[in-house]
Amino acid sequence: MAATPLSEIRNYTMNFGPQHPAAHGVLRLVLEMDGEVIQKADPHIGLLHRGTEKLAESKPFNQSIGYMDRLDYVSMMCNEHAYVLAIERLLGIEPPERAKYIRVMFDEITRILNHLMWLGSHGLDIGAMTVFLLCFKQREELMDVYEAVSGTRMHATYYRPGGVHRDLPDAMPKYQASRWRSEKAVARLNEARSGGMLDFIQAFTAVFPAAIDDYETLLTDNRIWKQRTVNIGVVPPERAMQLGFSGPMLRGSGVAWDLRKKQPYEVYERMDFDVPVGVNGDCYDRYLVRVEEMRQANRIVRQCVDWLRAHPGPVMVDDRKACPPRRERMKDDMEALIHHFKFFTEGYEVPEGETYAAVEAPKGEFGIYLISDGANKPYRLKCRAPGFAHLAALEEMCRGHMLADVVAVIGSQDIVFGEIDR
Amino acid sequence: MSELNEALALKVDARLGGSVRRRPALARELAYDTDAGSLLEVCRTLRDAPELAFEMLMDLAGADYLHYGREEWQTTDATRSGFSRGRIAEGGAPDPNAPGRFAVVYQLLSISHNQRLRLAVRCEDSAEPVVDSVVDVWASANWFEREAFDLFGILFRGHPDLRRLLTDYGFIGHPFRKDFPLIGNVEVQYDPDRQRVVYQPVSITPRVLVPKVIRHDHRYEPALKDPQVPR
Repeated sequence: MAATPLSEIRNYTMNFGPQHPAAHGVLRLVLEMDGEVIQKADPHIGLLHRGTEKLAESKPFNQSIGYMDRLDYVSMMCNEHAYVLAIERLLGIEPPERAKYIRVMFDEITRILNHLMWLGSHGLDIGAMTVFLLCFKQREELMDVYEAVSGTRMHATYYRPGGVHRDLPDAMPKYQASRWRSEKAVARLNEARSGGMLDFIQAFTAVFPAAIDDYETLLTDNRIWKQRTVNIGVVPPERAMQLGFSGPMLRGSGVAWDLRKKQPYEVYERMDFDVPVGVNGDCYDRYLVRVEEMRQANRIVRQCVDWLRAHPGPVMVDDRKACPPRRERMKDDMEALIHHFKFFTEGYEVPEGETYAAVEAPKGEFGIYLISDGANKPYRLKCRAPGFAHLAALEEMCRGHMLADVVAVIGSQDIVFGEIDR
Repeated sequence: MSELNEALALKVDARLGGSVRRRPALARELAYDTDAGSLLEVCRTLRDAPELAFEMLMDLAGADYLHYGREEWQTTDATRSGFSRGRIAEGGAPDPNAPGRFAVVYQLLSISHNQRLRLAVRCEDSAEPVVDSVVDVWASANWFEREAFDLFGILFRGHPDLRRLLTDYGFIGHPFRKDFPLIGNVEVQYDPDRQRVVYQPVSITPRVLVPKVIRHDHRYEPALKDPQVPR
């Protein structure tokens, strides 16, 4: 039998997704393969495009806060934060001190939530099942905090222009005994929930570093984990800047850039924390950066808890144009009732102008570019999603790697399609 | 932050005085306009001049100024005939081909100097808006420009791969233009006879539930905010 002529060997085109558990959502990736080596990767996105920016143009400013939660649905409050910051800058209002601390605390809780989700699913993608279960155990506690403060586990709509919706609750919801849970088991579960929310969060921050140690025991020196991540998807720092990377992706490549330090918003300049930076810019370094970020976030949360305990006060700005009247006043004041109605139906007018407000979201720089023409609705809203720039670089990061490494790269980019497709 | 911005503004003026114009921005921000003709040159200078060093393009946004400053629902004539139920006002629509309708806005970031700058460029021709692609200056512009092309129909001259990004395969129109209805033109439905998903015209009419009100609210006037300014 004659040898196969070379011309007959050709590249395969392969479809990855749109429904693939390792694609972290709906990503259709058209891969051109030479054997098992990636030659070209063309991500097709937009399967989750909901036109958030267009929808926001037809609604009063406050009614779009809920849409922001649904952009990056793993780091909900950070998205809200950028949006309300943009509105506040245009309105020229400043939230009270306590609201700023509450926001910083919830930003960091959100960062822990996001990184736990990322660590769990990234581990699951490349073969570490146990971490997933451990991460979700801790994540559940923080979800309860979200629920206690806003009423929902995920899509909180808690930040408002001028502050936050309401002050922290004095009590945490408790487990109740049932056919499946005895009184004794419930009492043990409720131990940390006997006090207020700040007590609960403080108890969490006390045990959380040990939990991170557990994850690290399972992964950091794990031979399989290192084989899957070290030297995979290397991005040099100059290239990372060219590609518009931000957050852990940029820091993983060795660029010490963190908006919380460099362009502090709210009260971050008063917080004591460190910014971890990677060296090689591979998937493993990005993993290390994110794990350390969880520890630092835990530190910031603890500082906020201490401050919030000592400083009660208002959580909403005293500006009747930007926030609704108090509920007690509405009961016996006709004008307050009218104001309440007008505020929630027609909204408020934001002076003409434009602004770009960016926050250090868990995935990177989440920015809101807002143009107002002086109306009660945004004229144009543009969400700068960190994952968008990261995914755009997927081809460059994957070229020359094996098919299985695509999963590791997607995982280390921390892709969420809610924010990429918007 | 604002003193820093003034220092930066001096540097920008020294380098690019002739080709950029300062535009009004909030105190902590710095924004410039430029012409489509000199865009590439301005971008290269902003990136390469050592005292500016904007190594990163953080965001690129298209914008459509067709309805800028226009109310959607006239509330002044609330007669006994009632409101129009919030249909989008018909008649008197602005000319979609008037020049300067589309703009592209770049958010630049300099990591080495810790400074930001916003650069905006208006497309001269509104029927076929074209600007130069900045992919060669900042690689991150690639997808951002594809997105602006998809949603606004702005063409980027010299872009290596200008395809649609977010909308469906075979989508017609540019959905973020102001004259594109919010509910779209077509809807999809599963057709059991043909055993596939089919497109058909949308069956509901567009409505505006919240009027777009532009009030001339004097409380934002600087004279009222700043006690130093005589009234």
